[in-house]
Amino acid sequence: MGGRNQRSGAGAFVRAVFNILIKELLQLKRDPKIVPILFTAPVIQLTLLGYAATTDIKRVELAVCDLDRTTASRQLVDRFTSSTYFRVTANVDSQDQFNPLLQSGRARVALTIPVGFEADRSGGRPGRVQLVADGADAMSGTIGLAYAATVLQDTAVAAGAIPLVNLRPTVLYNPDLVSKNYMVPGILGLIVMIMTMMLTAMAVVRESELGTMEQLLVTPLTPGQLIIGKLIPYALVGLAEIFTVLPVVLFWFKVPLRGSFLTLMLLTLPYMLCTLGLGLFISTLAQTQQQAMMLSAFVFILPQMLLSGFAFPIQNMPAFFRVLTYLVPLRYYLVILRGVFLKGVGFAVLWPQALALIVFGVAILGFARLRFRRRLG
Amino acid sequence: MLRRTLAIAVKELLQLRRDPRTTLALFGMPIVMLLIYGYALSFDVQHIRLAVVDQDGTRAAREVAQAFLESGYFDLVSRGRDPRVLDPLFDSGRAQAALVIPERYGDDMAARRPTTLQFVLDGSDSQTATTILGYARQIIASISPVIRTSTRNAAVVPVSLVWYNPDLSSARFLVPGLLAFILMVTSVIATALAVVREKERGTMESLRATPLVALELLIGKTLPYLLLASGAATGALVIARFLFDVHVRGSLLWLAFVTLLFLAVSLGWGILVSTVAETQQVAFQLGLLTSMLPTFILSGFIFPISSMPPALQVITHIVPARYFLVALRAIILKGAGPEVWWNQAMGLLIYGTIVMAIATARTVRSL
Repeated sequence: MGGRNQRSGAGAFVRAVFNILIKELLQLKRDPKIVPILFTAPVIQLTLLGYAATTDIKRVELAVCDLDRTTASRQLVDRFTSSTYFRVTANVDSQDQFNPLLQSGRARVALTIPVGFEADRSGGRPGRVQLVADGADAMSGTIGLAYAATVLQDTAVAAGAIPLVNLRPTVLYNPDLVSKNYMVPGILGLIVMIMTMMLTAMAVVRESELGTMEQLLVTPLTPGQLIIGKLIPYALVGLAEIFTVLPVVLFWFKVPLRGSFLTLMLLTLPYMLCTLGLGLFISTLAQTQQQAMMLSAFVFILPQMLLSGFAFPIQNMPAFFRVLTYLVPLRYYLVILRGVFLKGVGFAVLWPQALALIVFGVAILGFARLRFRRRLG
Repeated sequence: MLRRTLAIAVKELLQLRRDPRTTLALFGMPIVMLLIYGYALSFDVQHIRLAVVDQDGTRAAREVAQAFLESGYFDLVSRGRDPRVLDPLFDSGRAQAALVIPERYGDDMAARRPTTLQFVLDGSDSQTATTILGYARQIIASISPVIRTSTRNAAVVPVSLVWYNPDLSSARFLVPGLLAFILMVTSVIATALAVVREKERGTMESLRATPLVALELLIGKTLPYLLLASGAATGALVIARFLFDVHVRGSLLWLAFVTLLFLAVSLGWGILVSTVAETQQVAFQLGLLTSMLPTFILSGFIFPISSMPPALQVITHIVPARYFLVALRAIILKGAGPEVWWNQAMGLLIYGTIVMAIATARTVRSL
């Protein structure tokens, strides 16, 4: 009897896992609200974020104070007006009027052309202008200053000041510098994490909350079988999410997929190992589904969003936080996503990221399993 | 009336004490976010990984490469003659930008012939790439003499100033947004949860049997969260002041006034959610969906509204934090008075009146 059991050990293990898996899928199907949420919420999130999370600063609001009132100064103002970077929202007679405009946000950048601008240039001295940027809105303000510098340089070149050294920029991977090409694949990574991590945590906590965990424990299932059986359905859900969201990424937002689809899917697996492991870990920390949700949202998702390089580049962080980002699985997956989508690279380049995800995933799963068993015991 | 309202408020506070994890998540999270934002996040691009391909090898070529490295923005990751090294460097992300100096560069400079340098950059992150290109243009402009075709000087030199936040500290930029976020999320979610909890446990029935009027119940239930949210906001302001040197430039009284208007909107919103949701789970999800996400994405907190597509810009008008944020930035950072932000306050006032009216009507009906 014992011998037979050992011989069919692997088969019994698979069968036990399979049973839990079926039970979990049935439970998912029984909740009529969950299925639409699973597949519509990510599409809405992606569409909304894809449009809103743009860092392409366009049409910066500009206030102009032309004190010189000469042909040259008017030409300079025309250069600003006709550029796509700026939108002139106010023409004022005195610099004193800048403060209320910048305070209320009706202007982000203010340009002053002082008296003598034309006279200086005719006399062989460079013309001077003053630019004021609203630092309270750091992004529009600083980028507005950079745009203004470009407009001024173009003006100078057009008027005959040819610089000896010119710069010919070549932009790789995203030649039109469209921010959605960078942000939208990142949102994909975020959605996969939110869905798989939160659902796993809540599914496990639900059993404890309803008291059905006790019932599962008196069955001959081992904790390992229980965990694997509970995780696989959510891994499948995660893959299904990607298939739902990917058409939106590719055909609606027209983000190019330069690498192979297969590579992308294969490299998603180690990432899901991490998100599922984190979900299980959260379930060992929470007593109620509500706590599980709050923990995932605030303690796990938000910091990952901030420290992964999703919107804020890691290279700009101080050393301590740069080190901390190595503990964030999304960090590695973002490199994978952006690498496969924009750069068209594969395993040859992305293996360190994949390796890091596998190490993190195995570690967090092992740790969560330990805590899980202790709690059951 | 006052006594009964207070009794409900005290009961609510006792209940809050019994669930320390939720309270901690709601009030600890904003502080953690403030610390991460203040210390970690920055828009200032530094440590740009630069590869130099010098096909010229003259002194002039070395000087231009040196100018990039001495600017303080760039870290050298590779230097050589062969441009073929660039592909793997960019693919793996080890280089973000490359300066390619062509063979004739030194000769051209010596002969004072206009010449061109190639600057390759990874455009994936468009914002960082734009900033890097800006730095590169500045450096080139600073080392390049201008060839003049006439006695007239065509150059235009800007003197640039940054107002309100001269060192472009991200903490200063983000603190007003965080305040809005804290107030919105805590008041909506906490209020909605508190009301729905009574429904879920059936204790709403027992409350109904007491001589409490609907209004007393509502005020009593929201009062503790009003206090807690104000406490969290004050805490955030104090931390911002002492750790990140963010001073409130405008009047504290006006700040409190605008904040109260905003709290009226968000508490009303919380009650509205509670009249729709039957379970705490649904209340939490609805609250999160209608408060946290829009405040984060559509209020102008991080992503500027003026850059969004027009349809989305219209939608941002239903996000209360949008109005609050403009007023907050004006008061805290710019020291502006009501003449600047009165229309935002009006927006909040109208919004608050409508939301409160609907919420009260729905609650009274359900009781």
